[in-house]
Amino acid sequence: MNPLLKVTGLTRMYGARVGCKDVSFELWPGEVMGIVGESGSGKTTLLSCLSARLEPTSGTVAYDTREDGLTDIYAMGEPRRRMLMRTDWGIVHQNPRDGLRMGVSAGANVGERLMAVGARHYGSIRAQADEWLRKVEIDGERIDDLPLTFSGGMLQRLQIARNLVTHPRLVFMDEPTGGLDVSVQARLLDLLRRLVTDLGLAAIVVTHDLAVARLLAHRLMVMRRGEVVESGLTDQVLDDPHHPYTQLLVSSVLQP
Amino acid sequence: MTAMIRVEALSKTYVLHTQGGVAIPAFAGADLTVAAGDCVTLHGPSGAGKSTLLRCLYGNCKPDSGAIRVRHDGAHVDIATAPPRVVLEVRKRTMGYVSQFLRAIPRVPALDVVAEPLRALGVPAEAARGRAGELLARLRIPERLWHLAPATFSGGEQQRVNIARGFAARHPILLLDEPTASLDAGNRAVVIDLIGEAKAEGTALVGVFHDDEVREAVSTRIHTMQG
Repeated sequence: MNPLLKVTGLTRMYGARVGCKDVSFELWPGEVMGIVGESGSGKTTLLSCLSARLEPTSGTVAYDTREDGLTDIYAMGEPRRRMLMRTDWGIVHQNPRDGLRMGVSAGANVGERLMAVGARHYGSIRAQADEWLRKVEIDGERIDDLPLTFSGGMLQRLQIARNLVTHPRLVFMDEPTGGLDVSVQARLLDLLRRLVTDLGLAAIVVTHDLAVARLLAHRLMVMRRGEVVESGLTDQVLDDPHHPYTQLLVSSVLQP
Repeated sequence: MTAMIRVEALSKTYVLHTQGGVAIPAFAGADLTVAAGDCVTLHGPSGAGKSTLLRCLYGNCKPDSGAIRVRHDGAHVDIATAPPRVVLEVRKRTMGYVSQFLRAIPRVPALDVVAEPLRALGVPAEAARGRAGELLARLRIPERLWHLAPATFSGGEQQRVNIARGFAARHPILLLDEPTASLDAGNRAVVIDLIGEAKAEGTALVGVFHDDEVREAVSTRIHTMQG
């Protein structure tokens, strides 16, 4: 069996400044990896490089394509990379407005992804959109409403439905619960946890919230100043942190 | 008997970087073998490293040196060096753990918390919930609580949910960290019975029990730790 993603020596510079430096890891099918670290530690830069949205300065990101196995995503052509992003991958942005089309209905937001992979039958697209709205706990009656009329938590759930409707193998999430109040966050986390388990999804989740990481991620990478300083099983990294920076992160969390 | 766990020359020191780099040794050169049907009690004064050793066995704590060989799928896996996905696989199919405190997940009802390890093994929802209900009933959690999330339960109730969860999947290895600490006599007796049944089924158990009565009732061997 191949890893789904094989990252080797990934570095992204912004001029002389380090975005992320010399990151290597393998992600296996069904694995959820959390990337934690404070603001500016390079988490989002790394996620952008991994998800084909930001070309690295050096290093490779190889994805296990259905046709050719592990293939460097930046060495393949643009059309193929775009196809991969539409079919095999999902990207959940922190701000759902970045991942949704605010001017078309909730149903169309979900249906659009299906059409992008070739679905043409209107009735079946609408039925699947309806099914997915229910899965993310959005009332089916809202299918024709514009996302503009949705709350923040609903928007984030709609964005998740839009991403998962095409059954991707790998989902990238950037602070999926950021900006939501805690009760909405708990509901979203429970939903994400269930969907990821039921669908056997692999995911890479960037978060600065260690509680979110504990709930969602099987394993963690801790980043500081663009470098991975510690990695391992989630509960081991959080309960027995070794690196001084991880110890500082864990001990800085306020207990309610 | 088949050795299910073989700990060899295991050492662990905590280094607290945020507190001036002070080093706190937990234990050094620990050896321990646990066979199927054994219940080994880790015994020693507070601070002797009993919980740390238990957590190392589960992969929750990373030792500095030594090996923890666990029998998994007919082969040996060294928990001290295995990658995360292998440790998770061992936890799923081979090794259960009852911690001192339940880490409740928001919105998940008690019945599903207990059924989850079985669901992870592919047991159908109804059968998993059936087994979960059986255990919750034995541990005297009233049925009206089964469909509530345990976050609001009392300490003793949470601990019993935790115990039910640990025993649900009948893992070949079960680790118990003071499972009876906050239980009354009646519930302690239930836990003693559960441990007895697990031993009879060939489960290899390792536990920390502060309660003399429980320790004497369940242990096939005492492993003394000096710290």
